[in-house]
Amino acid sequence: MFKKEVCNVARALRPDGMRKCIGCFSCMTVCAAVNNHNFSISKSAIKIKTSGGLKHGFYATVCHACKDDRACLEACPTGALVERKGGGVLLNKDMCTGCRKCVDACIVGAVFFDEEENLPIICKHCGSCTRFCPHQCLTMEEVDDVL
Amino acid sequence: MFYKDYIRVLYINLSTGRIRVDKRKDLRAYLGGVGVASKLLQENMNPDLPPLHEDQPIVFAIGAASSVFPVITKTVAMFISPLTGELGESYAGGRLAFTMLHAGYDAIVITGKSQKPCYVTVTQTGVEIKDARAFWGMDSDKVGSYIRNREHGSGKRSIIRIGPAGENLCSYASVCVDTYRHFGRLGLGAVFGSKLMKAMQVTGDLPMPIPNFKEYFKTYSKLYKQVTETEVMAKYHDAGTPINVVPLSAMGGLPTRNLTSATFEHAENISGEAFAKNNLIRKMACTGCPVGCIHIGQFRREFDHVCEYESISVGYDYELIYDLGSFLGVDSTDGVLYIIDAVERNGLDAMSCGVVLGWACEALEKGIITEEQTILPLKMGEYVNLAKAVDYIAQGVNQLYTDMGKGVKYVAKKYGGYDFGMQIAGNEMPGYHTGYGSLVGALVGARHSHLCNAGYSYDQSNRDKEFDKEKLVDYLINEEIERCLLNSLIICLFARKVYNRENIRMVLKCVGLDYTDETLTDIAKRILRTKLEIKKTLGFAVQDVKLPKRFFDTPTTTGKLDPYLANEIAEEYARRCEEILAEEDESIKEFV
Repeated sequence: MFKKEVCNVARALRPDGMRKCIGCFSCMTVCAAVNNHNFSISKSAIKIKTSGGLKHGFYATVCHACKDDRACLEACPTGALVERKGGGVLLNKDMCTGCRKCVDACIVGAVFFDEEENLPIICKHCGSCTRFCPHQCLTMEEVDDVL
Repeated sequence: MFYKDYIRVLYINLSTGRIRVDKRKDLRAYLGGVGVASKLLQENMNPDLPPLHEDQPIVFAIGAASSVFPVITKTVAMFISPLTGELGESYAGGRLAFTMLHAGYDAIVITGKSQKPCYVTVTQTGVEIKDARAFWGMDSDKVGSYIRNREHGSGKRSIIRIGPAGENLCSYASVCVDTYRHFGRLGLGAVFGSKLMKAMQVTGDLPMPIPNFKEYFKTYSKLYKQVTETEVMAKYHDAGTPINVVPLSAMGGLPTRNLTSATFEHAENISGEAFAKNNLIRKMACTGCPVGCIHIGQFRREFDHVCEYESISVGYDYELIYDLGSFLGVDSTDGVLYIIDAVERNGLDAMSCGVVLGWACEALEKGIITEEQTILPLKMGEYVNLAKAVDYIAQGVNQLYTDMGKGVKYVAKKYGGYDFGMQIAGNEMPGYHTGYGSLVGALVGARHSHLCNAGYSYDQSNRDKEFDKEKLVDYLINEEIERCLLNSLIICLFARKVYNRENIRMVLKCVGLDYTDETLTDIAKRILRTKLEIKKTLGFAVQDVKLPKRFFDTPTTTGKLDPYLANEIAEEYARRCEEILAEEDESIKEFV
């Protein structure tokens, strides 16, 4: 499904190297800063957590870039979420009512909610986080996808 | 707070349960971090009362640029040290600075004493003092797990806690921060214990808009690149600080077997490379640091004879390897980790603990104390017994071990062996026996730490040159002043070469503080002046310090030290401090 070299270069974020994660939180800091101009990691579309304290490893919760069935999009009653090339969705903020149906629909828990803005936080797969990941735990993968 | 003209201070009184928040514009004159904490300590301390009296404060402060730039990760704790009776100052990484920032506090001042064991939760929506009776007696790892399960805030919190040593008021009990970091030195753990405060959880995710995103992100990216792509930080990331073990031993500066030597014949067995080969399983980072210098080592321990093992993971670093390794004659990586585990469980400062055990081994051998008192046949290198002795210190199982919990100066004075109880002004010696820089640097440093002014670094860089007393004093005092600035942001000192003045000014500008170099120097001096005033009030005078004779018997990397010359250097430094104290602080008016 995912190919390294394809003509149609849509890209998607892959947190496949999380075993190497050191928990520096640079990805969250950068995501919140770049996408929401905010220092708070609550504004980040990627979340790094431990699985039971720091003695255990870290895992990342982030949009899986679903392609065929996009549960968040299906759940959106207003059409504020539209398909993104390469997987996942894009948010049209003006059309969103803040109903949170997309949050509930995402079974990996990767749609977060910005209480202040009353909007979901949707990963754009912009790749900013990957550029500031010192151990390449997060990478961008080229995806063969045509909308 | 960023882009604001004030410092936001949270006051918690454990006796009355009263919580108060203050916005202090005047504290901007102290920038943040150690500056703000020093001023708050000075305001809230009670010089006439003992360090563990309930009216003595604990002050935490984050820096002026905490957490939003690479490697600006530390929180400072200030208190009156139960170990030295004077200035208590200790730094920890982990997530505390990050969470305090996002909970909306620059500083926290804790006073009073709870009626029953308690833990405190601090969030952006409130502060609570909660029941910790069932946690009392638990090791710091266990209480961390319970609080993690009981409280909300996964992924955006910091849990700091004490172990049995803090509860039992050991003078060098530590506070564990997020499992692998510590407020290690000078006994903050005992101050927690004296207030019946087992732990504190800080949670924060307050939205903080960045008004100047372009400027901020350009600066962040530049610093991130410097930190991760240049050689400046590589040492800390790769094998880590333990890479120093072998070279330091080879040049004759590694304190070994209670400083009977400064060369360890088994240094290669406990080197950074040996730990990496035998035990290193992962590395971790403090929040906001892409370097990841926290090295986690694993060893296994057989608990039954039918192939039954438990696996134990602990953090290791140069200072721990020196103090629980070469200083105690322990010559294997597993042996060092074995003692580190005991120190961690009990919540003690590894460095002080190693030095106290070093004295005990030698005092027993010399017949100053008996095996009846030590319970175990304490010997250099025998790490299983040494680890057991760590438990005994934390629990205070008899009079000797209770006394050992008061520090090496106390036991050496009481039982004998002052000449080989390796402390400097009451603080157990750091891992460098490199020359006048390391010894006098720790003696004159505000908190008697090698990190006050890095005298050990001066010794190593200048060992081939002719010794110049004036140059050393200049170096020590300039470094002490500059570190007051670094510690007011609070930059991890591992990144001190990245954060030169240009970069410091740049990050401060990004968060709304546009200062000239001159103003920054004024602030740094003001901070040092405040610390010196505190020390004076608490009765410290360098002339009163009597250094153990062994510092002068065992040759350093630069040869044997002369006590008279060491004294001269210290007195010259003290004279320079008096000059700083007498200086008129004109520029403070800009902040009032």
